[in-house]
Amino acid sequence: MNYIPITTDEREEMLARIGVATIEDLFCDVPAEARLNGGLDIEAGLEEMQVAARLDALARANRSAADLVCFAGGGSYDHYQPAFIDNILQRPEFFTAYTPYQPEVSQGTLQAIYEFQTGICELSGLGVANASMYDGASALAEAALMACRIKRGRSRVLVAGSIGPEKIETLRTYAQAGAFTAEVISEDAYTCNSDLVRDALRDDVAALCLPYPNYYGIVEDIAPLIAAAQEAGALVILDCNPLLLSVLKSPGDLDADIATGEAQCLGNALSFGGPGLGFFACTEALMRQIPGRLVGKTVDISGHDAYVLTLATREQHIRREKATSNICSNHALNALAAGAYLAAAGPEGLAQIALAACAKARRLHDALIATGRFRDPCPGAVFGYEFVLEWCGPGPLEQAYDALIKAGILPGIRTGVAGLLIAVTEKRSDQEIDAFVREVSSYV
Amino acid sequence: MSDFCRDQGPRPTLYESSRPGARCLRPPACDSAGISAAALFGAYARTSPPALPQVSELEIMRHYDHLARMNFGVDTGSYPLGSCTMKYNPRINEVAARLPGFAQLHPAQPDSTVQGALRLMYELQEDLAAASGLPGVSLQPAAGAHGEYTALMVFRAALTATGNPRKKVILPDTAHGTNPASVAMAGYDVVTVPSTEGGLVDMEALRAALDKDTAAFMLTNPNTVGIFDPQILEITRAVHEVGAFAYCDGANLNAILGITRPGDLGFDALHINLHKTFSTPHGGGGPGAGPLCVSAALAPYLPGPVAARNSEGTYERMTPSASIGRVRAALGNFAVFVRAYTYIKALGAEGLKGVAEQAVLSANYLRVCLQDSFPVAYDRICMHEFVLSGARLKAETGVSTLDIAKRLLDYGFHPPTIYFPLIVNEAMMFEPTETEPLAALDALADALKTMAEEAKTDPELLKSAPHTTPVRRLDEAQAARNPNLRVVHRFCS
Repeated sequence: MNYIPITTDEREEMLARIGVATIEDLFCDVPAEARLNGGLDIEAGLEEMQVAARLDALARANRSAADLVCFAGGGSYDHYQPAFIDNILQRPEFFTAYTPYQPEVSQGTLQAIYEFQTGICELSGLGVANASMYDGASALAEAALMACRIKRGRSRVLVAGSIGPEKIETLRTYAQAGAFTAEVISEDAYTCNSDLVRDALRDDVAALCLPYPNYYGIVEDIAPLIAAAQEAGALVILDCNPLLLSVLKSPGDLDADIATGEAQCLGNALSFGGPGLGFFACTEALMRQIPGRLVGKTVDISGHDAYVLTLATREQHIRREKATSNICSNHALNALAAGAYLAAAGPEGLAQIALAACAKARRLHDALIATGRFRDPCPGAVFGYEFVLEWCGPGPLEQAYDALIKAGILPGIRTGVAGLLIAVTEKRSDQEIDAFVREVSSYV
Repeated sequence: MSDFCRDQGPRPTLYESSRPGARCLRPPACDSAGISAAALFGAYARTSPPALPQVSELEIMRHYDHLARMNFGVDTGSYPLGSCTMKYNPRINEVAARLPGFAQLHPAQPDSTVQGALRLMYELQEDLAAASGLPGVSLQPAAGAHGEYTALMVFRAALTATGNPRKKVILPDTAHGTNPASVAMAGYDVVTVPSTEGGLVDMEALRAALDKDTAAFMLTNPNTVGIFDPQILEITRAVHEVGAFAYCDGANLNAILGITRPGDLGFDALHINLHKTFSTPHGGGGPGAGPLCVSAALAPYLPGPVAARNSEGTYERMTPSASIGRVRAALGNFAVFVRAYTYIKALGAEGLKGVAEQAVLSANYLRVCLQDSFPVAYDRICMHEFVLSGARLKAETGVSTLDIAKRLLDYGFHPPTIYFPLIVNEAMMFEPTETEPLAALDALADALKTMAEEAKTDPELLKSAPHTTPVRRLDEAQAARNPNLRVVHRFCS
């Protein structure tokens, strides 16, 4: 299989026009001693029908959420994806286009991103949102870097340990470059220890990163910590679940400076965790330090409304090493899906989806505790549609977990020795929830 | 341009078309749906709803149909955007990525339930290692710039292990903007060395800049003026002599697939843009993927987890022994991996070499066809792309490269990359790719020839172009001066 439209005769015609005898002559600059004479060590090509069969077999070698009922979250959620979204994503005008550098022929991408930015601003309660980042973890790392640029001379970034392991690991990697130190505030019964945060907040702290809700699904009492951070002159970065922002007080209302998060939950596929969709919003005061692409509305020379990438003087192709970030491509197509999802759900639908998930989560939470095989390690905690329970049934959790997998249930994400982080989206039916509880009750 | 809905132009956003009460997506009713945000979250409950649109599904579809028709993609017409490799995006790739066994996998599933996905990743790592000549591969980076940054962090870790992370990274003046930006993010100082008159690395300047403080030299090869630097072995040797690493920006890998391998050229690391060389769609600005390939010596430092095959022949997630850690959540942009893997399986070793050959042949053909209309910046055999200069035309007629690019839209072509690389005055960088038909290359050459004439006879026609697109030239100054980055009017009740 190949996708080259040029025929053998046309090749000869092209070589003649160039004035060389063979294609080999065009590679004269490649040193002979570095030439690959034996060919690539890659198997021979297949026809499309064979490729399709190969991919189908690989896909079938997995147990997907289609046959393994998904109660796992941790940033990636099995929400329902309305059918029309993929139809939009398959429009070649969208998916085969490049970054919209030529606005006259990219109004579709540009306007879609402008609407996505609007949706993120509405959810976050902040004045500016960018065109997206790679994922929630890298968006958080970029927020830490941005805070250090703004708070010159301050380089400590405090991070609530309850923000989750992958985000902490990503921050620590980014911190190795020396722009900031990432100090993880240890957690206490699945929430951030506020006393430790207060002790660590001094005048050399650039930012405090808090989860909203946290990795364990808990909406922590963050308002006092936000006030303390501001008193210490630090910026506040909230890592949020954007779906829950339809029912939670917005980061803007909480006086946060920057909101980031993973927005896969807004109409995007699980896809084994990638591509995700990082969102990034900040107050208008911080606009000129934001990383990544921004779409702005303007007019064309005829006076018609039009959209364009703007404030590019922050960016790498103009500013090179002085840019606010190296980010170039973001996740535009995922942002387009999220924008369409927000429009489809609307304010009411989005809140209903979030509340349905929360209601189902409570139902499963209570039923699992009632089996006597799980205990609630943080009774009274306020949680969204994800929660953590600790196994107190027979044998180690590991074995019970495997048994549940065999029974067709992905029960969640294991955390610590006995902890299980369980997410329940609006997609989980009562039957699926009951089956989970039944399997736990009957486990021996 | 008949493909465009030129008479319509932009229309109101869905936010502005919102009508209270209109509805589309709702969850099924459930027993406990009577709960309220206030009951659940107390003081943290939202009190006023976000002003999201209220519209029906048909309105949404018409909206996005309209937006799509204002966009130009590879399927719309020729897209000779230099250094972006806008090749055809095969549809079997799209089908494969959407198979439920791939699209509906949760990243936290145990390895035993994702053997097909891990095997796909493992085999992709192996194939990318084979294509690059660099045995260590991490698929984590989400984009080319992310791959560059990751490589620099790997260098930093490897150098730190020897006691000194060093201070600076050297780049030629032809480097993509992401290179210096990545260097800064990785905590290094940027040192730029000029290129020679011929667009190559100035060996004398490079040697003068290389010292014990140098962590790495970054080079795109073939470079951004479309030339394979014949001094490459000497360059990588000189870099290694001071104990620094040689980094290859893989943006232009399409030109050398199966011809030579960056590892064989002495490079220690390379990022690959799967969305360029391996045919995955650009998506209007992502998602792409920027896997990092490194030498055996650097492999322990790669970000993890990566996919590994154990002694029983099953696949598992593995974090390299001295890993720098994650650069993102999960394993990487898996849906992009599925597409790239599908492409590699379809083409195979011979097909991939055929890609490089045709890409280079087509670029040279187009170069020769255009050289009478516009001077070629470096008049020699090129690789997969070449740069023309619009400087002469501008001096003679006042018509700039920007005007040429905009007028090209009227002829139904996407413009080339313009004003890059920075070392060429009024640069126009063309990369036709191997998937463009000969007739399209000829039509592009004819259009440019006509435009060179138009510039002399009717320069205003070009200066006011485009004339047939959904919108005309934009007031970019106003966009930056008074940023309007969202709909502010609250239409929702």
